[in-house]
Amino acid sequence: MLLISCPNCGPRDETEFHYGGQAHIAYPENPNDLSDREWAEYLFYRENTKGTFAERWVHSTGCRQWFNMLRDTVSYDIHSIYAMGQPRPDTQSGLAPGAPTASAPTSSEGV
Amino acid sequence: MSADHLPEHPDFLWRNPDPKKSYDAVIVGGGGHGLATAYFLAKNHGMTNIAILEKGWLAGGNMARNTTIIRSNYLWDESAAIYEHALKLWEILPEELEYDFLFSQRGVMNLAHTLGDVRESVRRVGANRLNGVDAEWLDPQQVKELCPILNINDNIRYPVMGATYQPRAGIAKHDHVAWAFARKCDELGVDIIQNCEVTGFIKDGNRVTGVKTTRGDINTEKVGLCAAGHSSVLAEMAGFRLPIQSHPLQALVSELHEPVHPTVVMSNHVHVYVSQAHKGELVMGAGVDSYNGYGQRGSFHVIEEQMAAAVELFPIFARAHVLRTWGGIVDTTLDASPIVGLSPVENMFVNCGWGTGGFKGTPAAGLTFAHTIATGAPHKLNKPFALERFETGALIDEHGAAAVAH
Ligand SMILES: Cc1cc2nc3c(=O)[nH]c(=O)nc-3n(C[C@H](O)[C@H](O)[C@H](O)COP(=O)(O)OP(=O)(O)OC[C@H]3O[C@@H](n4cnc5c(N)ncnc54)[C@H](O)[C@@H]3O)c2cc1C
Ligand SMILES: [Zn+2]
Repeated sequence: MLLISCPNCGPRDETEFHYGGQAHIAYPENPNDLSDREWAEYLFYRENTKGTFAERWVHSTGCRQWFNMLRDTVSYDIHSIYAMGQPRPDTQSGLAPGAPTASAPTSSEGV
Repeated sequence: MSADHLPEHPDFLWRNPDPKKSYDAVIVGGGGHGLATAYFLAKNHGMTNIAILEKGWLAGGNMARNTTIIRSNYLWDESAAIYEHALKLWEILPEELEYDFLFSQRGVMNLAHTLGDVRESVRRVGANRLNGVDAEWLDPQQVKELCPILNINDNIRYPVMGATYQPRAGIAKHDHVAWAFARKCDELGVDIIQNCEVTGFIKDGNRVTGVKTTRGDINTEKVGLCAAGHSSVLAEMAGFRLPIQSHPLQALVSELHEPVHPTVVMSNHVHVYVSQAHKGELVMGAGVDSYNGYGQRGSFHVIEEQMAAAVELFPIFARAHVLRTWGGIVDTTLDASPIVGLSPVENMFVNCGWGTGGFKGTPAAGLTFAHTIATGAPHKLNKPFALERFETGALIDEHGAAAVAH
């Protein structure tokens, strides 16, 4: 069981949270202009990083707020927790080769 | 007993050759799907100058970690066709591979606990029959007759309101299945190379021409990916993306018990599935851990919830002890259906996305994937399972529709 530090409520058991998948996926700026391929990317394609992964969680049975988290998908260690809308913290050292870094869109994300 | 009295070590079932400089095809991943693919490449397509590259040991991934449930009662036509074909192959494979891997057609029950479940299940029984898949709807009393240890009373949170039943479904011994395929592959001339991790691909433009491995570079005409939970890692090395998320999936066994459980019982709603292995262990599984993960372990609360469900359904399990728990890494897609076909890289083929339910599909995955690799075009059974469906929108949405995903 993961012990997750909600930014509002402090450390709580994983069972109080729900997983929201990859973080920093922006809603398409011009949905009408997307090709089928781009829609597929937006809807179905997500990074599946082996290593440090930026993901979203919601504290469903607590404050019900969403937040972002950097977690290692192999060791399950949590590296950092940061607010929605914040860019992904720089943790170059812990990155798996090829993991999305600065190129991942970090602005204008939704929840 | 001293070592002097031990019997002779049995013959090994396959050689452990060093990798050659080049092959006509290389299969990445020595799980059930890689083995079955190599077997059908050799047997049906005469491709014997091929190798299976496995980073660990043969069947050390999901192949020998799954709960071995085999059934074909999927809702959609495309799924019913491929899983039913697999089931028909399971029925003849012990003879064909000359290996009794204890395929036991003891039936599989999928329980319904809500009115929604009941409607969904009855619809699926109808769809199955139209597709030539054996399926029945059982009322609670019939459920009890088939599996007397099941609690059908209404003293539990979600009482049993009936079940679908597929008599030809069942279980098999997964490690023996792997060994059966491995022995035949070896006999046909396939090189099974363990402790050989693929670390990259050699390409000429967009065409793959070789693989980089921890045991040197190997040239090859064709590459087939059968890496289950690591499929996206390999695709990334090759320069393309897959719509796959890897999750931990756990299972567990009790200590050995006398035979008490005659069939396989699965419940989507309270989320547990139970069978009794040939030796006597109660084998149980549940759902994936919600988060992405490559660690072959999950969270304890998943086990706790599945035990709570099991004890409500099977009160006699209350005093059984958990002996062992473990996890595998499953490759899930958003429509809960596999991807078997071509990839954006020339001469590279992908078989993945079988997620929590690909053991049952092993023979059909092997048959169709071998066809795809050998001919460069999909077999009619895997054609709908192409990667393009995520662009065209022709999804095969077995979430929920497939009863439970195992
Ligand atoms: C707990 C659990 C329960 C399950 N229960 C069922 C069930 O009841 N019924 C059912 O139908 N299915 C079930 N499944 C799903 C089923 O096990 C999988 O869908 C199926 O095994 C996947 O195919 P495979 O056997 O080839 O995978 P695997 O055995 O995982 O084979 C993939 C192989 O690729 C190797 N590999 C990865 N990367 C590399 C690399 N870079 N180089 C070389 N080799 C590499 C891995 O080491 C691994 O051996 C279950 C899975 C789990 C984890
Ligand atoms: Zn909170």
